[in-house]
Amino acid sequence: MNKNFNILWLQSGGCGGCSMSVLNAEAPDMYSSLLINNINLLWHPSLSEASSEEFLALLESIEKGDIILDALCLEGSVMQGPNGSGRFHMLGGTGRTMMEVIESLTKKANYTVAIGTCAAYGGITMSGNNPGEACGLQYEGHQAGGLLGENWLSPGKLPVINIAGCPTHPNWVIDTLAQLAMGDLTLENLDSLKRPRNYTDHLVHHGCPRNEYYEFKASAVEQSDLGCMMENLGCLGTQARADCNTVLWNGDGSCLRGGYACINCTAPEFEEPGHSFTRTPKIAGIPVGLPTDMPKAWFIALASLSKAATPKRLKVNAVSDHIRITPGTKVEAKSDKEAEKQ
Amino acid sequence: MSTRSSDKSSTRRILGPFNRIEGDLEVQVEVEQGTIVKAWVNSPLFRGFEQILHGKEPMDALVYTPRICGICSASQSVAAAQALAAAQGLQPCRNGELATNLILAAENLADHLTHFYLFFMPDFARQSYANKAWFKNINERFKAQTGTAARQVLPARAEFLHLTGILAGKWPHSLALRPGGTTRTVEAQEKIRLLTTIIMFRTFLQDVVFGDELEQLNALRNEEELKSWQQSHPDSDFAKFLMVADDLELEKLGGASNNFMSYGAYSNVGNNAEEKNNGESDHLFKSGIWQQDYQSLNPDNIKEDITHSWLSAQSEAKHPYHGSTIVDTDEENGYSWCKAPRLNGHVMEVGAISRQMVDGHPLIRSLVASSGANVRNRVIARLLELSLVVPEMENWARQLQPKAPFCLPSNLPDEAQGAGMVEAARGSLGHWIRIKNGRILNYQIIAPTTWNFSPRDSNDQPGALELALQNTYVGEDKNASVIIQHIIRSFDPCMVCTVH
Repeated sequence: MNKNFNILWLQSGGCGGCSMSVLNAEAPDMYSSLLINNINLLWHPSLSEASSEEFLALLESIEKGDIILDALCLEGSVMQGPNGSGRFHMLGGTGRTMMEVIESLTKKANYTVAIGTCAAYGGITMSGNNPGEACGLQYEGHQAGGLLGENWLSPGKLPVINIAGCPTHPNWVIDTLAQLAMGDLTLENLDSLKRPRNYTDHLVHHGCPRNEYYEFKASAVEQSDLGCMMENLGCLGTQARADCNTVLWNGDGSCLRGGYACINCTAPEFEEPGHSFTRTPKIAGIPVGLPTDMPKAWFIALASLSKAATPKRLKVNAVSDHIRITPGTKVEAKSDKEAEKQ
Repeated sequence: MSTRSSDKSSTRRILGPFNRIEGDLEVQVEVEQGTIVKAWVNSPLFRGFEQILHGKEPMDALVYTPRICGICSASQSVAAAQALAAAQGLQPCRNGELATNLILAAENLADHLTHFYLFFMPDFARQSYANKAWFKNINERFKAQTGTAARQVLPARAEFLHLTGILAGKWPHSLALRPGGTTRTVEAQEKIRLLTTIIMFRTFLQDVVFGDELEQLNALRNEEELKSWQQSHPDSDFAKFLMVADDLELEKLGGASNNFMSYGAYSNVGNNAEEKNNGESDHLFKSGIWQQDYQSLNPDNIKEDITHSWLSAQSEAKHPYHGSTIVDTDEENGYSWCKAPRLNGHVMEVGAISRQMVDGHPLIRSLVASSGANVRNRVIARLLELSLVVPEMENWARQLQPKAPFCLPSNLPDEAQGAGMVEAARGSLGHWIRIKNGRILNYQIIAPTTWNFSPRDSNDQPGALELALQNTYVGEDKNASVIIQHIIRSFDPCMVCTVH
């Protein structure tokens, strides 16, 4: 048996939603997953017994080096405001800013893991004029840097591991921590934004049940229409890096299966798309932001071709909230042809 | 934690950070001869959602506001959707209202369950209770992370939240909730799966939490009936709590203002309104206030005071339509980022106990009549809601009509205003939006724990938790005694919502 892998989970400028999401882990549940993978949760803000001075004693032991910290997990942005003071988030009962506590612990932790887009890149807390002066651990939006600086490496010689997502899927978190605990996670397992490739080698588009509508460019117009949501309703599933439609959420859900657009929440600066989230910006009727690795001219050519070939079934169903025309059978197709002849 | 003497007889203690709540909390108490004489509650995290929302396209509030809070996410979505619906005078379609009720109930009940098993009960498995006759039993069952209960509760909670997978894509942070209804249409076979999921959750509650049929729980009318129920179902987790509560006299801890408020919970569309409430209410649990007796609620009388907040630019308490959120770290009287909402100048308590007081559940009215709002009664009200709402969810799911619409199109005017007032697990949640030139001019949010954990106001009236801590005997122990923790957690605080 391997020795236990100690993790400490802290929250700062976020909503706690990634913690709530990881509690949705199934087969097995979160506690069993941690146990099976030899992960020892030293402390978690929602789950541990230790409160107040018991927790502060634990923190002191870690900072002194009496307890080995294998991984620090931070959920939520780092709050640097107001005016760089960090006072927007004080650690209760201590007079210390969370910003300072986080920085201190990143020196002790063998690995530092950002749980969610806030901790990774700043996320939702950075929206608007960023009133809280929020940033990510090693990024501020697309800009490398953040709290720790572009070239920072943890004592375990890895940059901050960015499990981005708003919220994170339970498997993204558990799989990454388990890989770390096994000693299996290396730089090659991270993408260019330091996200685990486990889930970012995929597109949200993969496994989308609306793929047939996409193929024929049969688009939804109103919310709750069945068609593809890329052309009109702001869907970024063809660009967004995540396996949402194959890993699935809360049983067999996902944003697209829930009938609304992917807003690319695993990406830096998703929080400020520059247009309304659920309306696709267009230039001369052509959506801005086509799939990133496809030549635009080809996309447009293929789109107009497939639009011309769209079956009536998809044309009608795309703008309906329920299936109005069902797929046909061979017999029906034959009788349709005969009817045409007559 | 630190202590300092303010004069000979009293000491000031700063306590925190508190966990097994949502978000960050610090509490200062002044203790004289072992008794808290004054308390100050501080919400130590500020993010600034109200500033973020200023100037945004109104419909984008549906993306930002659920992300205020990962545990009240759907409640925030529903409040935003209702505010946007009010701003355009839109009434959602029937399926949309039923689906919204189901999504909101899934979140609220999952939160009640999480609170009881993961946040509240583990405190009774602390070593400080090791000498109690019940300790072995409670420790095995409820110990944080390792107790046997969590292994049953986590899978049951996760399976119950499959409702949100079907109806809302995911939880937390869905975009399915819209002013005109919900984006996800439901087919006949999915209606069956929704019902199955709800009934499986009923089975879990009946087998594990209550050891009895929900209808038996719901029919309890007073303290005596609850006592005799407890004696006949001693092995249920609910009865275990009641036994501990008796032994520790939790009904004597944490009394507050005994002013209760509810905005009204769950749209009544899915029920026969006449049968339910004789046409009285738009909600399953009606809106109103209880101050000695029932009164209707006038939302115009809600005002937020910032005297003791680190905020400025507001000389007097204001209705949220006209409120502002401007940071001022030098504000001398400030001790929290939280504002102090008041109704007619009164401190109101919100949450399950308030919903059931206002709606008039006989058991809760009986318990409060004899001992007020307190640690025990708040927990009982939450568990009772688990039992009361699940049968309603079964009704709502049965009434879904698969081939009818779930969402009506939204068409917002460029200038408008609207309020969305809902009941989240933790109590009354309000969003107030003003739209000008097609953009958000002002967006103000008052969350449940803003009410419960508010600082003092300009009349120096303490907030509900500040009141609840006063006169509590904590002894000479300089630590944040477990008694203080019981009181704090009895409110099921959500601090990320509180300041937002």
